Amino acid sequence: MTGKIPKRHRREAAWCYAFMLPAIVLFLLFQGWPIVASAYYSLFDWSGIGENFKYVGLENYLGVLKDSYFWSALKNNYYFTVCVVPLQMIIGLIFAVVLNEGNDRLCNAYRTVYFLPVVTTAAVIGIILSFLFSFDGPVTYLLSSLGLCDPGHGWLADASTAMNTVVVIYVWKNVGVSMVYWLAGLQSISRDLYEAAKIDGCGSFKRFRYITAPLLLPIGAVIFLLNIISSLKLFDLVKTLTDGGPFFKTDVIALYIYRYAFSSTMGVPRLGYASSAAMVFGAITIVIALIVSGAAGAVKKLTQV
Amino acid sequence: MRLDLNRTNTLARRRRCLIGVIKYAVLTAVALIWVYPFVWMVSASLKTNNEIFADKLSLIPQAVQWDNYVRAWKNANFSQYFVNTIHITFFTVVIVLIVTMMMGYALGRFRFPGKRAVMGVIAASMFIPMGFNLIPVFRLIKNMGLMNSRWGVILAQVGSLNVVFVMMFASSFAQIPRELHEAALIDGCGFLRIFLQIMVPLSKPIIGSVVIMQTIWSWSEFLLPLVLTLNSASLRTLAVGLYSLKGEIMLDWTGLAAGAAIALLPIIVVFVFLQKYFVDGISGAVKG
Repeated sequence: MTGKIPKRHRREAAWCYAFMLPAIVLFLLFQGWPIVASAYYSLFDWSGIGENFKYVGLENYLGVLKDSYFWSALKNNYYFTVCVVPLQMIIGLIFAVVLNEGNDRLCNAYRTVYFLPVVTTAAVIGIILSFLFSFDGPVTYLLSSLGLCDPGHGWLADASTAMNTVVVIYVWKNVGVSMVYWLAGLQSISRDLYEAAKIDGCGSFKRFRYITAPLLLPIGAVIFLLNIISSLKLFDLVKTLTDGGPFFKTDVIALYIYRYAFSSTMGVPRLGYASSAAMVFGAITIVIALIVSGAAGAVKKLTQV
Repeated sequence: MRLDLNRTNTLARRRRCLIGVIKYAVLTAVALIWVYPFVWMVSASLKTNNEIFADKLSLIPQAVQWDNYVRAWKNANFSQYFVNTIHITFFTVVIVLIVTMMMGYALGRFRFPGKRAVMGVIAASMFIPMGFNLIPVFRLIKNMGLMNSRWGVILAQVGSLNVVFVMMFASSFAQIPRELHEAALIDGCGFLRIFLQIMVPLSKPIIGSVVIMQTIWSWSEFLLPLVLTLNSASLRTLAVGLYSLKGEIMLDWTGLAAGAAIALLPIIVVFVFLQKYFVDGISGAVKG
């Protein structure tokens, strides 16, 4: 900008900054500074109570990287994400496609029902479902009466089915979000395209394959990214369903960090150690997020009509 | 020729009818499975403990037991948890609304030096994974002396600022025509007045969506209240309260069901009545 900025613009800019100030302050306090602080804390051995604040350098990081429980929690996180994301996207898409046409009021009702679990408190759902899926709960009772499982099978207590049960429950709870996103994408496709295809004699499958699918790719990339980010934040549901059990089979990084920072099950809290675990996980996640987001952006550009 | 066409049409119509029936039958079956946990919760809350184990699949209590609710509300302190949750949710929503609306307004309608930097930082913040800010935020609240207080939780929740809301406001404000703005300027309105008397009333739908989305998110917050009100029974939210209750009365499932119902039913009711705004908000956010 050459020359003096006119007075009006300066006042406007001042107002803009005033308006942005609360948000910026909050952001710096609660999201900006914590990143720096986490890195700082991770270099110390600190219980958070009292004055035991001892510099240990990279010892915490070594401890984390050597801890098999950390890696198993990480593995569980990624197994979970890999299972949950495709399921949510596919089932969400099916719901969206089926509910996109037809009677509006009725479809709205179904949409509300499928979305309902999303707005409920994950922690509370976890408590309810921990009973429903327990060895003497209704699910096992029904399935064993139908011969589909052993009577007295604890879905969440059995090491071989625990994680997959958590996956199923998470998908039930959150697929509504993907469904709504897909619906938004479907509704932005112009009806004229379908009309033209119908006149040309295209059947439903062909219409989906050649019109809907390519036009949905950009929003699909966004949905994919959002699903991944959400799935990595898993805490509430698994805390109340299994608390990482049985024997850490459903342990995830968020639980691992919580355990070391806030609970007394590991002895004295170790805020420094937990911070370094968070840093390691964060670093791995950011790398993966950048890769996926780069790929998603590329897909979006290539397929933008 | 004509007769053949008629037959094909009828056959096609019958086929479409059959597909329609199958479609709605499947949709309904899925819907019933979808709501089963909530229905079970309500029905269990009205039964006795023996009933739940004796008759696992029936959803109708033999005799309605309101006692479970009384126990949850009084003995287990859910009345206090309810008040806490409403208090925290209300203030979080109000503050988030004001803060994100103001920020979205500045970002959406004006060009000013440093705008690019601000937008870049905002975009980057969406990638910050969970683990990062929990412990420092915990320390921050503690150092502010707000540990074990409702305002500590409110502040922490507001601070996990949802960037999505800023974007929603920004894109909504950006769409208001310049002419309106210019006309008001000519009439002598200042920045603040234009905002309060013209822009805000025009963005009611977005305000509605943000309020509902934040309400639902705040009501269901678990990790932050858990960490910040660890030792204060009287400050727990409904979710944390139910969690601690389970630790105490592990096998009293009807009591837990009643507590869960108290925790969930309000938000379910709010959602069912206002679902249009919530869904519109989410769709709008993902398109932007």
